[in-house]
Amino acid sequence: MIAGDARAVVLLGAQRFNPTLGQAVAELGVQGKIATITAGWQEREEEDEDLHRHLDGRTVNLRLHARAEEIFRKDPKFHAAHRKRQAILRHRQDFYRIRLEHALDAQYVIQNRAAPSDILEDEARASIQAIREIDRMHLERCRRDWQEFDARYRPAERPVIAEHRAEIAEIVKDCDAIAIAGGHVASLLNRLRLFGIAELARDKYVFAWCAGAMAVSERVVLFHHSPPQGQGAEEVLDEGLGLAGNVVVLPQPEFRLRLDDHERIQVMVRRFAPAVCLAMPARSRVTWLKHGPKDSHGVIALRDDGSNERFQVAEAGGLHS
Amino acid sequence: MSNATKRPSNRPSALMKAARPAIHTLIESNPDNEKVDKFLKGRSVPIVEGPSVTFVWRGEADGVNLRHWIYGLETSTALTRIPNTDLWYLTLDIPHGSRVEYKFEIRRGDRVEWIEDPLNPNRARDPFGANSALHGDGYEVPDWVHPDSFARPGHLEPFGFYSKAFGGKRTGKLYLPARFRKTRQYPLLVVHDGSDYLNYAVMKTVLDNLIERLEIPDMIVAFTDSPDRLREYAADERHARFLTEELLPDLTNRLPLLDRPQARCLMGASFGAVAAFSTACRYPGTWGRLLLQSGSFAFSDIGKSNRRGPLFDNIVKFVNKYREDPKPISERIFMSCGVYESLIYENRSLVPLLDSTGMQVKFVEARDGHNWENWRDRLREGLSWLFPGPLMFIYE
Repeated sequence: MIAGDARAVVLLGAQRFNPTLGQAVAELGVQGKIATITAGWQEREEEDEDLHRHLDGRTVNLRLHARAEEIFRKDPKFHAAHRKRQAILRHRQDFYRIRLEHALDAQYVIQNRAAPSDILEDEARASIQAIREIDRMHLERCRRDWQEFDARYRPAERPVIAEHRAEIAEIVKDCDAIAIAGGHVASLLNRLRLFGIAELARDKYVFAWCAGAMAVSERVVLFHHSPPQGQGAEEVLDEGLGLAGNVVVLPQPEFRLRLDDHERIQVMVRRFAPAVCLAMPARSRVTWLKHGPKDSHGVIALRDDGSNERFQVAEAGGLHS
Repeated sequence: MSNATKRPSNRPSALMKAARPAIHTLIESNPDNEKVDKFLKGRSVPIVEGPSVTFVWRGEADGVNLRHWIYGLETSTALTRIPNTDLWYLTLDIPHGSRVEYKFEIRRGDRVEWIEDPLNPNRARDPFGANSALHGDGYEVPDWVHPDSFARPGHLEPFGFYSKAFGGKRTGKLYLPARFRKTRQYPLLVVHDGSDYLNYAVMKTVLDNLIERLEIPDMIVAFTDSPDRLREYAADERHARFLTEELLPDLTNRLPLLDRPQARCLMGASFGAVAAFSTACRYPGTWGRLLLQSGSFAFSDIGKSNRRGPLFDNIVKFVNKYREDPKPISERIFMSCGVYESLIYENRSLVPLLDSTGMQVKFVEARDGHNWENWRDRLREGLSWLFPGPLMFIYE
């Protein structure tokens, strides 16, 4: 399902080599201009020549990163408040991580204990429930921080922000689609929120890949199964824009996921259920419609027994049972 | 607080009793050279059978010795010739995960020569030439030391300026990450024996790969060299002044560097580690990160000299003084050392001392020796601990 009112949300794998975005755009019959968001690239935001060429010169970069920098310069009070909120969110993430790692450790110890299978199954469910509760509490705290911030500083009503929002709305009005590239997911999500991109997606086609695809889902999950330090526990970062619902987007599985670690995959899938965990390698894509996903190419669905399979969708959209 | 000393792991195969080496079956068959040919065909040499490693050499000689640099074993051990053949062999127990550099010493009459193992393709180069390298059971060359066609290459450019501290020109190479921009600020890593790190520890490739994998952030790296390292790196006050009062301001003036101690790191191996550590001691709080590999931290518990000889006198004096009154000088220190090098004693001794000052210390041991590939293999763990990359946040 789609939470917003976009016509369709196309989630894609990495586009750096052999991009498939153009093909997805053509298949949906998008002929007009495309508003691009490359704010995840941060200060390299405007180095988008390849993307512009790939979409036949039809792109207009919304320059969300540069606009945010300008807002911070012109509205120092808002900038200070923004930095303070980011510091709070970092603390939240740190404390959440402490709780989470302990809960995951406990889950691992319990899972490897010798006990009658019915007791183990019951305890396994309890372990997952405890982890889900920690995730839920974290999201709730983040939501509360955002609400307090919005109520106090009213970003949309501040003149410099309102001016940029109006400019962006004007540009997007003339476009048929919005394309959101990857990059730094927290920074990208921030800019998408600051400029109210979710509302502007109404009746548009949305194409999003890597961090962009994560940001348009309901819940952003950070992950890496083989980091150079530590175990690399999956962490919920924050709520996403919610344009694509019931899905956890996992880009770059080629080097971020250990699909052969069935125990780990199993915990991840059960933790985020009923959302489906989709590994999205390069050249993969799937279209999210109001009544379900459609046109899945190369997407890998993770199953709750820890295995994985090609993500299959019904012809008219929707999941095969 | 210390991040716990990490010692090489003993996987089950290391603890299991060694299986009977295949060379014994060959010996019992009363072989001739034809049988030896068949025996060696398709086998990797040295022959690694779990913890049991058989070194072999073929040829005519009056004696063959294995020469290696494993501290704790005899530096020279004789190989035995199998009668009626030209095959010489020696079987040793080598613990799991070991990497050992060696040569063969061939004696013919009065003539003695050291050669690399002609049957082993694994070579490790260093400033003195090359050694053969035994990859023991469980050792694998890390994949991030090989060039990756997906990794955007950074740029190396020469730099040089006149040093007042030394009264002469100092040169080196600057590494700028692939997507370097003047509008962004970067951490700085200063590397001692920079050319050797580039040539023998493939450090440019390692940086390119770790940055590409987001395991470390984009960073600027100054690879420095010394024309007289045994003197200048031996806790020489001029060197500390050169790095901190000359090189650092010079780089800060012309490059966008983050201006905080946590973004400044000194690293080096052997005497280079002493140079890094002693510089940080002379300028406490300036260099917030240190990466010290197989540091030559010689000291004495009584008297002023050390068994290592006069080259170490200045180091002994410096380390003894620090041991008397240890102070925090940096914020995070990553140390590594091979358990097959004699300096393991000095390095292990230093860890609790540094730890007691409240600095964050991580010490990693490896079953390897005092060599460039040992130092190469620890770069990922050291750099990513000192400078964690954005891999959990960037998806592109």
